[in-house]
Amino acid sequence: MSLSAKTVLQHPAAAVGVEIISLTKQFGEFKALDNVSLKIRPATFHALLGENGAGKSTLVKCVMGYYEPTEGNVLVGNHEYAITNPQQAQSLGLGMVYQHFTVVPHMTVLENMTLASADLPKIIDWSKARRQLVEFMTNMPFDINLDTKAHDLSAGEKQKLEILKQLYLGSKFLILDEPTSVLTPGEADEVLGLIRDMTQRAGLTVLMITHKFREVMSYADEVSVLRQGKYIGGGLVKDLTPDDMAAMMVGSEILQESATREQQHSQEVRLETIRLSALDDTGHQAVRGISLRVKSGEILGIAGVSGNGQKELVEVLAGQRKPAEGEIRVHGKTYRATRKEMRESKVFCLPEEPLKNACVKGMSVAENMAFRTFDTAPQSRGGWWLQPSKIVEKSKELIQQYNVKTSGPDAPIGTLSGGNVQRAVLARELSGDVDVLVVANPVFGLDFAAVSDIRSQIIKARNRGVAVLLVSEDLDEIFELSDRIGVMFHGEIVHETSIDDADLRVIGRHMAGN
Amino acid sequence: MTISARTLGAIEALFIPLLAILISMILFAVFVWIAGSSPADVFALMYKGAFGTSFSIENTLQRAAPLILAALCTALPAHLGMVIIGGEGALVIGGLSAAGIALTLPSGSSPLMIQTVMILSGMLMGGLWIGASGFLRHVRGVNETISSLLLSYIAIAILNHMVSGPLRDPSSLNKPSTRPIGDENMIGSIPGMDVHWGLVMGIIFCACAYVLMYRTTFGFSARMVGGNVRAAAMSGLPVGRLLVITCVIAGAAAGLAGAVEVAAVHGAANAPFAAGYGYTGILIAFLARQNPLAIIPVAILMAGIDASGGLLQRRLDLPDATVYVLQGIIFIVILACETLFGRFNIFQPKETA
Repeated sequence: MSLSAKTVLQHPAAAVGVEIISLTKQFGEFKALDNVSLKIRPATFHALLGENGAGKSTLVKCVMGYYEPTEGNVLVGNHEYAITNPQQAQSLGLGMVYQHFTVVPHMTVLENMTLASADLPKIIDWSKARRQLVEFMTNMPFDINLDTKAHDLSAGEKQKLEILKQLYLGSKFLILDEPTSVLTPGEADEVLGLIRDMTQRAGLTVLMITHKFREVMSYADEVSVLRQGKYIGGGLVKDLTPDDMAAMMVGSEILQESATREQQHSQEVRLETIRLSALDDTGHQAVRGISLRVKSGEILGIAGVSGNGQKELVEVLAGQRKPAEGEIRVHGKTYRATRKEMRESKVFCLPEEPLKNACVKGMSVAENMAFRTFDTAPQSRGGWWLQPSKIVEKSKELIQQYNVKTSGPDAPIGTLSGGNVQRAVLARELSGDVDVLVVANPVFGLDFAAVSDIRSQIIKARNRGVAVLLVSEDLDEIFELSDRIGVMFHGEIVHETSIDDADLRVIGRHMAGN
Repeated sequence: MTISARTLGAIEALFIPLLAILISMILFAVFVWIAGSSPADVFALMYKGAFGTSFSIENTLQRAAPLILAALCTALPAHLGMVIIGGEGALVIGGLSAAGIALTLPSGSSPLMIQTVMILSGMLMGGLWIGASGFLRHVRGVNETISSLLLSYIAIAILNHMVSGPLRDPSSLNKPSTRPIGDENMIGSIPGMDVHWGLVMGIIFCACAYVLMYRTTFGFSARMVGGNVRAAAMSGLPVGRLLVITCVIAGAAAGLAGAVEVAAVHGAANAPFAAGYGYTGILIAFLARQNPLAIIPVAILMAGIDASGGLLQRRLDLPDATVYVLQGIIFIVILACETLFGRFNIFQPKETA
């Protein structure tokens, strides 16, 4: 693949800027956006920072015409437009690249690009389409083989295909929604570098939603920060430090101080896997002979780009998937994830997307909190007769202790917000005596307060001597929490290092399989 | 004071099926009107045929007994997220085995002994029948809806083979049947009314099923599996065992229905005893929202509709299948109304911050 960015866009016409004036968007009582004004100057790389729920997505959806603003205007290239649907935004040259891929996996690059076009004829002249695309691609800074099927592309190439698709449609103003969340650091640098080049040389304007300061500092020209639906501040990136931006993002919100990690000297191996293998849902081998050991009082972080077998590994450890080969040992004894073994060896789990993986939506908060204990005294008598009053009693304690916001212990857990579901699961899994904890992407989709809360709970568990296996796609999280780091690629642990020797670039290379 | 989420849920669960029945009655009225009868007459006659006289009430309750048990066959596995529609098969095989075993017991056995053995054998065979569906689902991932339906066809084929072959009573000429089990061995009526003991058995079975599902750790585990099998697996629950055991209990209910039909109504196993109670049971289970206690009144209502068919035929010259049209309409409307849950704002608990 050619990576040269010497060439320029097809039609280096006037760059398009967008100005957002006093935009307000209300959902019922809730103001998702409150009088936001910001200006994205033509041919710049503009970053939009903010924590989850700050209103970033609502803002870009208003610009793209998915939502109709309650009040305020959007100016595209100094003209006021009422953008009422995404097609209209497209015709004005606005394009959006989503966080998750929208390519059709079984189609080739040529087919994917051609099908994206808005006015597709009833009968497609493929040779003409190919000629047009080849011509278009000669002017593009990145190059992809047109006959490769989309599912054979790497994540970085797919992201490039998404961007090329938008450019092919004639977008002059690109909105990128967390474009690097599925890329390795190396791929992210490459894609962002190329995009930056295009803003400088070819007059492309880019608005990138992100929460990674590193990317803002290295690539963006300007930054705007949203918090709770309001524009908080921003300016030229070169005038700001990451600390300034963090302060703007978080504001005066009182964050729980991250628990400090205490020195641990235990050598006792709590969790061990021996040449563990597992298949994915389609019967392909997803986990290939993984052997790892986690000691008491240690957090082993498993990094990797999603889809390299981490999900299956966690499912095997959690008892949701049968291993194909190999074994798991806890406290030196074979562990098959039965209820009895879980209880005896005190193995607990914080899976990703807890509502999907660890809760029953229709059952109450109290019942969900009793999943580990409902068949023991005092929540049941003789292991057979439920004592509902005891279940509710215990849940009231946990709700208070873990600060779970719910209308009551009787409310179905499906009615709680994501952070509160995660707190409820945390309360269930961490309130008892824990020896081994398996954690997967614990803060995915949560707001700042919940994130620091949950991370410090994990550190506290480690300090108590719990052996923690942390699987995460968020490298910052891995670096913040881990004592040792392993990198998973293609179902194997390809690299292992202690936190003191960890090097982001080396880890990034291993994540990409080099 | 605000009403708790639980109460609101209960009101919603009552309101929507009632709404469905009302809509069904309107659609049925249109159907009757097109067929050339007065809807008012038809509804009045149906009421009379179902609940109007002490005879019709007894007739209705008599029919309700197997329906209650057959409905449990669908309702219990539904708590684990399974859709079992093969209650008819378990009912048939249970009834056949009950007749078969009654005829092989030594002739000197006491009636109580014969009845007990019949009931146990019916429950056992029914349990194995639906249990097989659960087992196939667990070990091979076979869809339990399809397998239970296909097993029903096998059960009916076995019944037809046995009553016209190995177990045939030579004196049953144009209606193949097993030999009768003997009047003295049949299950009698509840004192004071002309309804056999099967009704009591059905009600007791429902009560036990309710206690099992909502008051025991087994039921709690089952509801976890039904609500989210991933969460159940994460809690280390033996998912497969729960599936199979629940299917066995469900099949035992339908098998008991078959045994009671033979032992209390027909006195022998024959083709007419496979009267489709198993299929009506599916309808009842859905209408009762799989709640074992709600099954009892719903089954009595459906039995009443069934029972009134003869009267419609005699008085208004409508085909006796007319009532099945109403049952069919109710089933379709119920399934359509399932999508209404959560759509009415008045039933939603107030959002909390």
